[in-house]
Amino acid sequence: MKRVRVIPTLLIERGRLVKTVRFGKRTYVGDPVNTVRIFSDKEVDELMLLDISVAKAGSEPDFDLLREIASECFIPFGYGGGIRTLEQARRAFDSGVEKVVLNTALHRSPTLAGKIARMYGNQAVVASIDVKKGLFGGPKVMTECGSRRVPGEVTEIARNAVDAGAGEILLTAIDRDGTFEGYDMDLIRRVTSAVDVPVIASGGARGVPDFLAAIKEGGASAVAAGAQFVFKGPHRAVLVNYPSQAVLREGLFDHLGPEDIVA
Amino acid sequence: MTTGAITIVDYGCGNPASIRNMLKKLGIKATITSEAEDILTSERIVFPGVGAFDHGAESIREKGISEALEQRVIRDGVPILGICVGMQLLGRRSDEGKLPGLGWIDGDVLAFDRSRLGPTDRVPHMGWAMLDVKQPQTALHGFHEEPRFYFVHSFHMTCDDPADVAATAHHGYDFCAAVASRNILGVQFHPEKSHRFGMTLLRNFAEGKTGAE
Repeated sequence: MKRVRVIPTLLIERGRLVKTVRFGKRTYVGDPVNTVRIFSDKEVDELMLLDISVAKAGSEPDFDLLREIASECFIPFGYGGGIRTLEQARRAFDSGVEKVVLNTALHRSPTLAGKIARMYGNQAVVASIDVKKGLFGGPKVMTECGSRRVPGEVTEIARNAVDAGAGEILLTAIDRDGTFEGYDMDLIRRVTSAVDVPVIASGGARGVPDFLAAIKEGGASAVAAGAQFVFKGPHRAVLVNYPSQAVLREGLFDHLGPEDIVA
Repeated sequence: MTTGAITIVDYGCGNPASIRNMLKKLGIKATITSEAEDILTSERIVFPGVGAFDHGAESIREKGISEALEQRVIRDGVPILGICVGMQLLGRRSDEGKLPGLGWIDGDVLAFDRSRLGPTDRVPHMGWAMLDVKQPQTALHGFHEEPRFYFVHSFHMTCDDPADVAATAHHGYDFCAAVASRNILGVQFHPEKSHRFGMTLLRNFAEGKTGAE
């Protein structure tokens, strides 16, 4: 048996929690502080909070909201969205965040990951890489919440992020986001074989069997999911949920052995 | 059993607010202070810490609280819980720095021995790990299932006397994850980020014996 992180990813838009489909259509999910409290009570290993409104607007992260969230969050959490400077990262850490998540800044300020890593350690820097399937020429890396294409191949961008100082990679398949179609296994394999830091698989997970596949077959070190943990049933009714430890043990942890590189 | 107020020592290293948040959730009164006089009247002390060992050691001296801590913990026997670098500072010295620690625990702080780590064991060790409790008579008891805690560290303590090791965890090898001696408890992990397990530990600490009992 081996434990692996099963991480809910929560999206903040102008102070509210939403869930997207393929980074587009949004469904209102609830109040962030309240929802985080529920996940914390459910003994989740770790949370990722991504503010999808500040990145595009170019505004400051909502540090007051982060502090409020931290006051109810008794588990480690990462924050991404609008972090462009070391000072903003420092304020995020001071607000109670364990890790900062960089996406657009990886390309706009290539030295930022390193600056943060030197002060807080590379375990505190997550590179978020959003990938869209191209009709030709393989997957495309996108920034600014999937709206802007950046040149370069995904494995090269992942390696550069690690060289720059990122301690792990949050790898999201945009085409699978919110679809319940399963992870993009090719993409996961491609990136996990190119870098030696933990890769967190994200985008499309339906349930525990998908988590197991991402680790066993994809080589991921941790798994993330969004829609699965906030919707229930065929009509996608909003209901915060998380598998019990017994379900995770039986469906996931018990199947992992020394050969699986988890973190 | 009494549930006494807790004094969280703020010496500029770490995030005392996150510990207070969890105590607040538990309904335990806590104050954050950097004043020697508050320490001298404290009933239970939480001594947090993140960052570099020397920065912590220096800050204790700069804030002028080492005398008050010595008086309250060593002479008056008030219970203290050191967390992360706050635990490491209970020892004599650290591989990470040059300054001495408080020296209340007969042990030194060593860097993770990379030669004993597996190819996938990273430093810093960051994440959840199971705890193998050796001293359940301390605050390390009463967990709802096999306890696991959240760790972020590159250094760990090693004790002269194995009897001082209150718990071990595994990262490449078994390392000292908690120390206990007399009224002193130190934990390498972060109870304030370890949900129900952390709450159990902090509640136990708040309900444990005071120095006066």
